Amino acid sequence: MTTLAVELSGITKRFPGVVANDDVNLRVAEGEIHAVVGENGAGKSTLMKILYGMQSADEGRMLVGGAEVAFSSPSEAIEHGIGMVHQHFMLADNLTVLENVVLGAEPRRRGLIDRKAARRDLEALGASYGLDIHPDDLVETLEVGERQRVEIIKVLYRGARVLILDEPTAVLVPQEVEELFRNLRELKARGHTIIFIDHKLEEVLAIADTITVLRHGRTVSTVDPADVTAHELAELMVGSELPTPSTEPRVADDHVTLSMRDLSVVDGADRPTLDRVSLDVQRGEIVGVAGVEGNGQGELVEAILGLRQISGGRLLLDGEDIGRWPVRRRREAGIGYVPEDRQRRGLLLDAPLWENAMLGHQTMAPYARGPFLDRSGARSAATRIVEDFDVRTPGIDTSARALSGGNQQKLVVGREMASSPRLLVAAHPTRGIDVGAQAAVWEDLRTARRDGLSVLLVSADLEELIGLADRLVVMLRGRVVAELDPATTTPRILGGYMTGADE
Amino acid sequence: MTVRRILMAAAAPVGAIVFSVAISSVVLMIAGTSPLEAWLEMLSYGTRLETLVTTANRATPLYLAGIAVAIGFRMNLFNIGVEGQYVLAALLSASVGAAVDLPAALHVALIMLVAMTVGSLFAGVAGYLKVTRGVHEVISTIMLNAIALAAVGYMLRHWLIDDADTSLNMKTPEIPPSGRFPNLNGIVETFTREITRGRELWGFILVAVLVGVLFHLFLTRTRVGYDLRATGLNPFAAEASGVDPKAMVMRTMLLSGAVAGLIGLPEVLGNSYKYDLAFTRGLGFTGIAVALVGRNHPAGVAIGALLFGWLDSAAPILDVVGDTPREIVSILQGVVVLSAVVSYEVVNRVRRSQEARDAAAATRPKQELEA
Repeated sequence: MTTLAVELSGITKRFPGVVANDDVNLRVAEGEIHAVVGENGAGKSTLMKILYGMQSADEGRMLVGGAEVAFSSPSEAIEHGIGMVHQHFMLADNLTVLENVVLGAEPRRRGLIDRKAARRDLEALGASYGLDIHPDDLVETLEVGERQRVEIIKVLYRGARVLILDEPTAVLVPQEVEELFRNLRELKARGHTIIFIDHKLEEVLAIADTITVLRHGRTVSTVDPADVTAHELAELMVGSELPTPSTEPRVADDHVTLSMRDLSVVDGADRPTLDRVSLDVQRGEIVGVAGVEGNGQGELVEAILGLRQISGGRLLLDGEDIGRWPVRRRREAGIGYVPEDRQRRGLLLDAPLWENAMLGHQTMAPYARGPFLDRSGARSAATRIVEDFDVRTPGIDTSARALSGGNQQKLVVGREMASSPRLLVAAHPTRGIDVGAQAAVWEDLRTARRDGLSVLLVSADLEELIGLADRLVVMLRGRVVAELDPATTTPRILGGYMTGADE
Repeated sequence: MTVRRILMAAAAPVGAIVFSVAISSVVLMIAGTSPLEAWLEMLSYGTRLETLVTTANRATPLYLAGIAVAIGFRMNLFNIGVEGQYVLAALLSASVGAAVDLPAALHVALIMLVAMTVGSLFAGVAGYLKVTRGVHEVISTIMLNAIALAAVGYMLRHWLIDDADTSLNMKTPEIPPSGRFPNLNGIVETFTREITRGRELWGFILVAVLVGVLFHLFLTRTRVGYDLRATGLNPFAAEASGVDPKAMVMRTMLLSGAVAGLIGLPEVLGNSYKYDLAFTRGLGFTGIAVALVGRNHPAGVAIGALLFGWLDSAAPILDVVGDTPREIVSILQGVVVLSAVVSYEVVNRVRRSQEARDAAAATRPKQELEA
C-alpha cells in the first residue's frame, strides 16, 4: 500500500443552480502522475480549485499527506506543498523569468530583494530538474511552451511536492507536449506527485499512471491506463448508457430549411476553421452536431448567425442565399439562437428580464412598432415567456444577473421559442444548468420540433445528442467526418469519431 | 418596493454630496478657516434670485455637455472630443447666423441646425476612424480637440473676423436680433420680483430641457436607443441580437456630436450674439464630470449640471466675504465626482445582492414542492 499524497472524499460544491461537484472522491498516490479526465463542465476545474484553496467545498474531506486540511486560500495550499499551473498563464509579460519566478516569494536581505540568492536558487532548481531556463529573458519574448515551464518552476520554487496542471497541453503544439511530458516524468522520478487535467485521451494514456474519470460532477471510475483503450475511456467520460430510443417518431418532411454547401470559414491566419461543410436541416428535424470542443462547431454556429464571415461556400435558408446578410436580417428571417455562453452572447445581465426577453427580437412584434419599442407589448410578452417556460423570478423587472443559471437559460430558450423561429441554432443549450432546467429545455426542443421547427443542436453531451437528434454529424478539425443515425449509435461509436480514433 | 427603489436611487447622490462637503470641510479646517462660515455664506448668497439665474445660465450648457458625453458613455464610447466639437460649432454657427437674415424662428433654427451639423460631423470623424481603422475614440477625439481649437483660432483670425471691429478682441460679426434667443425674465418675474443687475435668464434652457426629455425618450422608447443601451451593457450579446457594432458607433458619435454642437449656443444666442475671444471654453471637459455625477441618466445629469452650476455661481462670494479661498469649490467639485462614482457602485452592489436574494426566494418554494 503506497502512501497517498492527496485524498479527497465526498467533495460537494454547489453554485446557484448547479452542482459542480457531487460527492467526488479522488485518491492520488505519492509520486504518481494522476490524470483527471472528463468533458467540459464535468467538474474537473472546480475540484482542482478546491484542492488549491481557491474555492472551498460545501461538503467533504481533504487529506494531504494523511493529515486533514482545509484551505481558505492558495497560500495555505502552497504551505502544504500543493502548487497549481493554471491553464491561462499568470505571468507578468514585462518582467524577466527570474522576476516572475520569485514574484510574491522574494528572498530578502535587509528588507531588499536578494537577487543573487534568487538567481542561485533558480539555477539550482533548473539544473536539478533538467529544465532549460534563461533567467534574464523577458517573459513576453517566450514561446508558449517556455512560459509554461516558467509556471512550473514558479510552483517548484515555492516548494510544491504536489503539482496540479490544468489542461497543460491545450495550448501546446505536439513537440512542446513531448517536452512537457519529459519534464513531468523527470519530476515524477524525483518524487513529485502530479495531478493532470485533460480531455485528450491519447495524451492521458501516454503519461498517466492512474486515471480518474468525472462525469456531470461525479466520480465515475478510477482506472489503470494499461487496462483501458481510448474508446473505453471516452465511453466512461460521456456515459455508457445505451441511447434512450427516441419515442418521438420522425416528423421531418422533405422541405430543407437550412442548407450548407461547402461552407468554409478561415481564422486570422487564413487557416480553415470550418472546412467545406455541407449539411442540411429539414423542417421538423433536429440535427445534432457532436465533436470535441474546438473542432469548428463554434465557427459553424457563428457563420450561420452571421457573426462570422464565411470565406467560401453557400448558406441557404428556405432556398434563399443568406451568406452575406447581416445578423439582424437573419434574425428577422427567423433564425433563433441559443448561444453557447448565455451570459456573454445571450443576456444583458444588468437589464431587467423584460428587456432581456426582447433581445434579438427587438425589431419585431410584439416588442416593437416601427422605430419605437412597444413597451406594453414587450412586457406582456415577457410575462408570458416567464410563465410558459417556468422562469423562476420575482418578476419581469428583476435584472437577469439575479437569476440562477438554469433560470437564465430557460429565459433565453423561452424567448427564442416564443418568436416561433424557422430555424433554431442551439449551442450547448443545457450546459451548466441543473437537472430540472435541463429536462425543461429538452421538452421545449421536442415540442418545437413536433411543431415543424428545424433545429441545429451543437452539444458536448452525447446522451443529449443521441436522445434528441433525428440525425447526427460528427465534426473533427473543421470538417464533418461522419453522419450517423442516433437510433443505432452509442456514445462509444461517437467518441471514436470525435477523437479521430477511427480514421 | 418602489419606495425602496426611490430611496436607493436617492442614496447615492445624497451620500456623494454629504461626503464631498465633509471632505472639503476638513480641507478648509486644515487651511485654517471655518468651514461652517463659508458654507453659510455660499448658501445665503447662492439662494438669491440673481445667483439662481446665473446658476441656470451656467447649468444649461453644462447639461448639454453632460448629455453629449452621456450619449457616448451609455454605449461605452468615450467622446472626449465634446470640447472641440462645441467650440468649432459655436464659431461656425455664429458666423452663419450673422451672415444671413431670416424671420426670427427660422433664423434661430438655422443657427441651431448649423451648430448640430458641425458638431456631428466633427465627432463623426472620430467615429469613422474607429470603424474603419480601429483608432480608439479617446485618442482620436483628444487629438481632434487640438485640431479644432487650432482651426478655430485660424478661421477666426483670417476668415470670419468682423472687419468693422477695430478693438483687440477678435470677434465674429454680431447676429442680428432675429437670430437671438429671447430671455425668460418676463416669465420668472411674474412669479417673483424683478431680476436686477442686468441678469437675464437665457431662454436656451428650454432647449436643454427638451434635449433631456428627447434623450430619455430615445433611450427608453426607441429601437435604436435600446440597441445603444444593449451595446453598452454587453457588446457581444448586442451583436448576436443583430446590432451592427460599426453602424452603432457611427450613429452614437454623430448623435453625441450633434448635442455637443448646441453647448455654445446658450451663450451665443442668449448673451454675446457672437463668437469672440471671451467665449467660454472647457465646458466639454466639465461635461464629462457632470455626466459621471449624473450617472449618464437624463435626470441625474440635470442634478449634476445644476450642482456644478450653483457651485460656480455661489463661489465668487467667498472672494468678497471672509477669508475662504474660492478654490475650495473646485476641490468640492472634484470630490463630488469621485464620491459619486464610488457611492453609485456601493449602492449598486447592495441592490444586486438584494435582487439575488429575492430571486432565490422566488425559486425556493417551488423546488421544495418538487422534492
